[in-house]
Amino acid sequence: MEGHPAARGPANAAAPAAPAAPAAPRFVLDRREAVPALIGRHEDFLIVTGLAGTARDVAALTCDGAHTYTMAGAMGGACMIGLGLALARRDRRVLVVTGDGELLMNVGALATIAVMNPPNLAIVCVDNGHYGETGYQQSHTSLGVDLEKIAAGAGIQLTRTIEAADDLAAGGRLIREANAAAFVLLRVKPTEPPSFKRVMDPALCRDRFRAALLGS
Amino acid sequence: MHAQAETEGKPEIWQNEVYDLLRRNRVTQFAYVPDAGHKILIDRSLADPDVHSVALTTEEEGVALLAGADLGGERGVLLMQSSGVGNCVNMLSLINGGRFPFLALVSMRGDFGEGNPWQFPMGQATVPVLEAMGIRCLRAEHPAEALASVTAALTMVFQARRAVAVLFTQKLLGAKRF
Repeated sequence: MEGHPAARGPANAAAPAAPAAPAAPRFVLDRREAVPALIGRHEDFLIVTGLAGTARDVAALTCDGAHTYTMAGAMGGACMIGLGLALARRDRRVLVVTGDGELLMNVGALATIAVMNPPNLAIVCVDNGHYGETGYQQSHTSLGVDLEKIAAGAGIQLTRTIEAADDLAAGGRLIREANAAAFVLLRVKPTEPPSFKRVMDPALCRDRFRAALLGS
Repeated sequence: MHAQAETEGKPEIWQNEVYDLLRRNRVTQFAYVPDAGHKILIDRSLADPDVHSVALTTEEEGVALLAGADLGGERGVLLMQSSGVGNCVNMLSLINGGRFPFLALVSMRGDFGEGNPWQFPMGQATVPVLEAMGIRCLRAEHPAEALASVTAALTMVFQARRAVAVLFTQKLLGAKRF
């Protein structure tokens, strides 16, 4: 966690002493167990995922179900697809499952979602602190950036960080029962997501999703 | 200056007509970064209890928002300035690859009578960039053309499932005065 130049910050002898550092983040949960445990009965949600890891997490969980829209490009779009869907379908709970790298690419979406505050939208960020798809380079969240604080600072009122199995049940209730936009940061260790051969054609996935939801 | 004088003072007429046209065509999600050229459309959407008026931090959010709206069965429009087109480029992969219906109304800068040199690079690149990402462009230089182009675009987007941007030029909007 230390040693990266960007994580050290500027030295300033005249500055007041920094407050005591918060407990270091723990990246210990296994995503192959934690993501299914957090989501629970996946059929209760319309699900949008990010790229790579979270797409594989959800494809494996749902057998690439028609109630999911998984991405493999257009990085930074998952949360806003979720917002458009949540606004269109107030009768359904919408869940965005995305990674730390995908979310970091467009944190402004958290501000837009906070302002709209749809009660049927929850975001789960599966944070392994790394870009797994490109060779496990460290992401900003390994270097001091806290996406739950960014979500809270953006104005999302219901946020929670989960880094222990004991907290998964409370996180599950939040994404199911919240009456405002909700954000869960799920810290996991940087290990491989499940392997699952999902449909990668974005137009086919769009048609499949709409046919299942709208019958057209 | 005569052409500009003709269109001055009339945006409230044709832009209100554009808003009514969008609403008659069941457009219910209006996404925008605040912009003087789209002020009437933005204000109408904010005052309309039957639509979602979504202020964005950057235009690419709107591209993804409209894809999500389509997944849920709603129709949307992205209102942006030509500079915002540059912020959308990779997110348009979602529209192009997913064959999502996509409607954008673009207020042009770096165009007819522009006085701000910063606006020229993206103003000149707007059409090449959109076309490179598979978005068809329709230009509107007069109020009647604006209504006709939006009417045409609505058919192309929501019947033929294409991606279309209607460009409201500075001949139509008038160049911003500093």
